[in-house]
Amino acid sequence: MTDFWFQFLLALDSTLRVATPLIFCAMAGIFSERSGIIDISLEGKMLMAAFVAAATAYATGSPWIGAIAAIIVSILASLIHGFACIIHRGNQVISGLAINILASGLTVIIGIALFRQGGQTPTLPRTSRFNSLELPFVDFMEQNVPIFGIIYKELLSDHNILVWAALASVGVTFYILFKTTFGLRLRAVGEKPEAIDSAGISVTRMRFQAIIIAGILCGLAGVYLSTATGAGFVKEMTAGKGYIALAAMIFGKWRPVPALFACLLFGFLEAVAARVQGVEIMLIGEISSDLLIALPYLLTVILLAGFIGGVTPPRAIGQPYIKER
Amino acid sequence: MVSCLAMFSVVTTGFAGSHAMKPAVIYDMGGKFDKSFNEGVWNGVKKFTEETGIEVMEFEVTNETQREQAMRRMVERGATIVLGVGFAQADAIAAVAADNPDVQFSIIDVSWLDSPNLRQYAFKEHEGSYLVGVAAAKASQTNKVGFVGGMDIPLISRFACGYVGGVKSVSANAEIYQNMTGSTPSAWNDPAKGAELTRSQIDRGADVVYHAAGGTGVGVIQAAADAGKLAIGVDSNQNGLAPGSVLTSMLKRVDVAAYNTFMDASKGQFTSGVQVLGLAEGGVDWALDENNENLITDDIKKAVASAREAILSGDVAVHDYLADNNCPY
Repeated sequence: MTDFWFQFLLALDSTLRVATPLIFCAMAGIFSERSGIIDISLEGKMLMAAFVAAATAYATGSPWIGAIAAIIVSILASLIHGFACIIHRGNQVISGLAINILASGLTVIIGIALFRQGGQTPTLPRTSRFNSLELPFVDFMEQNVPIFGIIYKELLSDHNILVWAALASVGVTFYILFKTTFGLRLRAVGEKPEAIDSAGISVTRMRFQAIIIAGILCGLAGVYLSTATGAGFVKEMTAGKGYIALAAMIFGKWRPVPALFACLLFGFLEAVAARVQGVEIMLIGEISSDLLIALPYLLTVILLAGFIGGVTPPRAIGQPYIKER
Repeated sequence: MVSCLAMFSVVTTGFAGSHAMKPAVIYDMGGKFDKSFNEGVWNGVKKFTEETGIEVMEFEVTNETQREQAMRRMVERGATIVLGVGFAQADAIAAVAADNPDVQFSIIDVSWLDSPNLRQYAFKEHEGSYLVGVAAAKASQTNKVGFVGGMDIPLISRFACGYVGGVKSVSANAEIYQNMTGSTPSAWNDPAKGAELTRSQIDRGADVVYHAAGGTGVGVIQAAADAGKLAIGVDSNQNGLAPGSVLTSMLKRVDVAAYNTFMDASKGQFTSGVQVLGLAEGGVDWALDENNENLITDDIKKAVASAREAILSGDVAVHDYLADNNCPY
């Protein structure tokens, strides 16, 4: 039984790692969508950032320079999205899809041209990555503090800095959205842009600020994938995580803290799926890991269908703002 | 006008050297220096050119629609034999081969097509996997080993089953954790998930993890290396991806397939049909180089050598999962 709890703890530990890119992307989605801009392109921005982070970290040997370059590229992708659908009032879903397609093609083509390894970057040495940080007094805690000690060691210690940054981003997002004037305006611009406009604040400017923040957060998600948990870029390495994050954001009803829990739930399902595959469980038999993997999508669909309380997206989402003259 | 002239000159040279062999190869996405599948083919092509002096026309596909176009272009340029690389080119080569019955075609990693002018190469991955399974069991100190597959398809179960057979031949009570990454093509390129699956196996005590998961495997190797455990690479020699942490790699000798294709054609011995390359034909092997020489003890070497002998002599028949979709080990 203790072994069961130990494995459970390790599954929670895995949950944190799996959920990290989802959390970054879900927060990015919240900023963007709360301002009224649908953001399908979380996936593409994350992919571009992952590539740039790995390529730059490989060239310079510094994960930090890689992270900065990745964030810049991710912001640029956001700006393209903004140019198309804020300035030119294009369709936000199509613009987002275009960025995803662009990212999946461009990363591979540039990767082949630069490194000639089938679109991968070379494997990064430990010094070019964000490595795990061991918290202080780990062994002391494990030996002297009964239950919390082992939790401290297995669950909390040994994560890289971006895992902590992801959790912090939830608090920051909550604070900005609900405790600052900027956040109030941002939420208003996604609900009733006319009101913001009549107060003399530029809707365009607000929306650009929101998607730039989204760009930074997606950039961090990409950096995490290729230079923290991973050691290099592999083509299409985001593997749908941007879409799961989108689902988590909707599951959390466009609110930071519930979205965090949705990300953790989805991450937990994946961590459990990895552990139950091919294992016979007493009385139940073998649980299908495919079912567990599909659960996030099923849950989101059920939620959207209105079974778990109502879901109300920001009212002006998807609508380009046209100033009345 | 220029293109007309060019066409004309191609036609005339085609006639002038009608008996000469004109080989062509279509590398797949990734290009010929991908440190993997394509580069393996390129090594075989290079060896052929060095030995015979016959130049091989080459094309590197960079997107999916180019495959068939490139093959047709090669035929137009007078190619007498066209070699395709990888199962992704199967549909293209089937179509072009049907339209050009006088040209010879060959494709690697395909076995299900049927055309009188097409040779197909398949590999006995289960035999190679059996060998690395023996090595894994010998190298494991916990008597627990892992396997991470890419997409959940029978071909990958073939790797898994051979591996299990190899492990159990050394240690009948060994525990083997198996995970498939997913059931969609994105399972081939999700290194983050590969790393998570590997960690989950290491958490349960595995200390050697074999992958057959394409790009996902990069994450498997790196997670094993980060945890101070051992990984086993696949397809090409991946020992250098994390020197000292990759026990060995299960090699598919695509270079042998490429070399044989062109060599047979140059001698007029081209045959159609399926050629299955196993241990006996030199089609699968395990990788030994300077990156893993310190990991491979004499004990491991001896065990793998005797497993190889047993397979070659027929004493051990490694079960092929594809034969009955079942793994008896």
